[in-house]
Amino acid sequence: MDFKGSETIPGPRAEDQLPQTAQAAVKIVIVGGFGVGKTTMVGSVSEIKPLTTEETMTQAGVGVDDNFGSASKTATTVAMDFGRIKITDQLVLYLFGTPGQERFWFLWNGLFEGALGAVVLVDTRRLEVSFDVMGRLEERGVPFVVAVNSFPDAPRYPIADLRSALDLSERVPILECDVRRRASSRDVLMTLMRFLHSLAMTGSLT
Amino acid sequence: MTPPQRQRRFPRAAPSPKPAEPARKKEGGGNPERLYVVAGPDGERADLDLVTLIVAGSPDPPPSATPEQAALLRLCAAPLSVAELSAYLSLPFGVVTVLLTDMLAAELVQARFPIVREALPDRSLLEAVMHGLQRL
Ligand SMILES: Nc1nc2c(ncn2[C@@H]2O[C@H](COP(=O)(O)OP(=O)(O)O)[C@@H](O)[C@H]2O)c(=O)[nH]1
Ligand SMILES: [Mg+2]
Repeated sequence: MDFKGSETIPGPRAEDQLPQTAQAAVKIVIVGGFGVGKTTMVGSVSEIKPLTTEETMTQAGVGVDDNFGSASKTATTVAMDFGRIKITDQLVLYLFGTPGQERFWFLWNGLFEGALGAVVLVDTRRLEVSFDVMGRLEERGVPFVVAVNSFPDAPRYPIADLRSALDLSERVPILECDVRRRASSRDVLMTLMRFLHSLAMTGSLT
Repeated sequence: MTPPQRQRRFPRAAPSPKPAEPARKKEGGGNPERLYVVAGPDGERADLDLVTLIVAGSPDPPPSATPEQAALLRLCAAPLSVAELSAYLSLPFGVVTVLLTDMLAAELVQARFPIVREALPDRSLLEAVMHGLQRL
């Protein structure tokens, strides 16, 4: 491990430090295929410069698949961007941009199990890459909303058609967004929170 | 043009939204939070989440501290998540949890556990988050 001396490690800027009163954090996961806009969304809403946490997969057979060869010592570094929003002096929200492949999720303890909910970012040019991740979230009982990141050359479908194609119940919010804009990304997160709130009122996911 | 068609899936038999974790709401009493340790493939590790907040007892490292421990103590003079520690130290998350396991046991740092999703979410928590987002 290439460890730099303690003096050379820059920590958070003074204005990015959390108050001593910060008691607990919550997290939301933003999940989707490569290039769909996860990093962009984390960056547009985060109050701190987005950071990256890495994990290395080294064991054979644990998530290491044909993409990475079959050698038992294959090591893959998986990176996850994240950002932070201070909610109150006691409560902090973290947002994680997570690769869509489930085999990476176990690398981070409680990434999905502990999250309040998830945002599934989709690109209508390749809608099918998000099918599996939605199924995994459904199986794990993780509530999610679907945010369609609108790229200029992407086909535009009416929301009702998307809902039917994605086989989502009427309750699951689907909305269009432009994750480069903070207000739009914030709307996505607000939609997720309102959805979670409605689940809390009715006490059921369906 | 019609989009490709997906098929919905359903929760598996035993959805377990609660990872094994200490009771966080146990306030009062100056009882230090109990450190739960899980056995991993490379030995014992504290059950730390990406967003468990870590706070140094004192930012001044004891003479026995390793360089990693000294750096970590300096970083979490104010509360900082395990994910942020991993990012600032450029160390994998798993390595940081191993470091922290020792430091928690030695009471060099304290852990403030996250609020995790529960079967029935806490509405006042969700409302607080919504207020916070509105200010953004
Ligand atoms: N036109 C357009 N480009 C976007 C949008 N969101 C992201 N991009 C671009 O798409 C590329 C991939 O985005 P990124 O956030 O890195 O995707 P990630 O792989 O999911 O993290 C970047 O070059 C972004 O600038 C969007 O809403 N509209
Ligand atoms: Mg990215």
